[in-house]
Amino acid sequence: MGGYGDVQLLNDDGSRLDGRKVDEMRPVTIEAGILPAAEGSAMVTHGLNVAVAAVYGPMEAHPRKIQRQDRAVIDVRYNMAPFSTSDRIRPGFNRRSREISKVTAEALESVVLVERYPRSKIRVEIEILAAEAGTRCVGITAASVALADAGIPMRDMIVGVASGKIEDTVVLDLDKAEDNYGQADLPVGILPNTGEIAFLQMDGDLSLEEYNLAMEYNFKAAKEIHEIMVDALRRRYEGGEA
Amino acid sequence: MSQGQTGAEQRLVTPGMVIGPSAGKRAGSGIVTAEESMIATQLGWLREQNNTVSIDPINAAYMPRSGDLVVATVAEVRNNLWFMNINGAFQGLLPMSLAPWKVEFGAARQHMDVGNVVLARVQEVDECHNVVLTMKGVGLRRLNQGTVESIPVQHIVRVRGDNNSLLQRMREACDCRIMVGENGRVWIDGDADGIAWARMALQMVAEHGHSKAFETILSEMEQITKGDA
Repeated sequence: MGGYGDVQLLNDDGSRLDGRKVDEMRPVTIEAGILPAAEGSAMVTHGLNVAVAAVYGPMEAHPRKIQRQDRAVIDVRYNMAPFSTSDRIRPGFNRRSREISKVTAEALESVVLVERYPRSKIRVEIEILAAEAGTRCVGITAASVALADAGIPMRDMIVGVASGKIEDTVVLDLDKAEDNYGQADLPVGILPNTGEIAFLQMDGDLSLEEYNLAMEYNFKAAKEIHEIMVDALRRRYEGGEA
Repeated sequence: MSQGQTGAEQRLVTPGMVIGPSAGKRAGSGIVTAEESMIATQLGWLREQNNTVSIDPINAAYMPRSGDLVVATVAEVRNNLWFMNINGAFQGLLPMSLAPWKVEFGAARQHMDVGNVVLARVQEVDECHNVVLTMKGVGLRRLNQGTVESIPVQHIVRVRGDNNSLLQRMREACDCRIMVGENGRVWIDGDADGIAWARMALQMVAEHGHSKAFETILSEMEQITKGDA
């Protein structure tokens, strides 16, 4: 038994509190092109998480000091809505949102062909409307679909997924209780076609075997989410739905 | 190219999708090759022509190229030049030496002010995306009348058709003068009914261009008489 005191996160039959198996993901739905004013947009629901991403640009980078002569910069703004959690969040940037904005921008820069747009800026806005653990992963997935919807050239899309450890058991896709009272959390950004990792963070401790199992779960989930992402773009354009 | 454009089933590809082996084929726009495979970098319809595989993007930003005809609006005036909005990531620069008039230093505003619309050509684009425009050339001028409508850049080729055939058909149907800029702006001049008709056709392109050919849109529009548009 690990984690916080005697909080039980696994049932006696080995299933999780919400009935999922250890390698089972929360349900995911994705919709592309939901905001007419943005160049590209997407809404992702992942369990109880709801994230909306919008992409604007490429546009001239301002202020000029952020311009790069040989490539575009990706300006990400991740924000949780005040009503996204049970406790009201004070509106505006905080340390956490700055950190997530930065890691998301760096992950997206690794896939977007930024050298096509020197001196310019691609603005990505991620708004978390409802939060239930794993919002940075949901935000990255939404941003990736929005970038594809905007026609921004990328060498692959990024899927955000997380695994973790509860009660000494590696599980896929932590929910709120598991995130709060579990032993470890391993969110990653995976390029589903190449299998590369665009970002990886780890909170807590995992042995090498546990890490390998967690990454195996993450890669499996990334493939599933990628299919949903592609399907969302197909529905938007092949289905004729505007 | 949309499904309706050729009548054949087209394949929608997403960024990162492996299209097939690169052997014996050339990678066109929207495609990169890696480890002997062709990989899509943009969301769009796959096209293969003359052994070249490329993508017709569903959405794209205007990237100016030397020689492009553009419909530009004056964004800023200086003593000896104008900054023009060309619907791209960067403004274009029109120096007084490339204007069609003899302009005295400090008198640029007397010829063109903020908000004026011009038909210009891209003279030069450098590696840092600095764009220089020219208004010296046949037909390049200030557009004093008419209206400007915007359509997505990737639909420009469809609106024109082969040898401007569809554009000419549209001109005849609405009895208007129409100039299509490479930057996604279309200038229309004629009577009010004709302009309304043309704007409606272009709005349909903007909304349904990814799923319907412009020829189909035009045929539907031709059923509507000008006054009803």
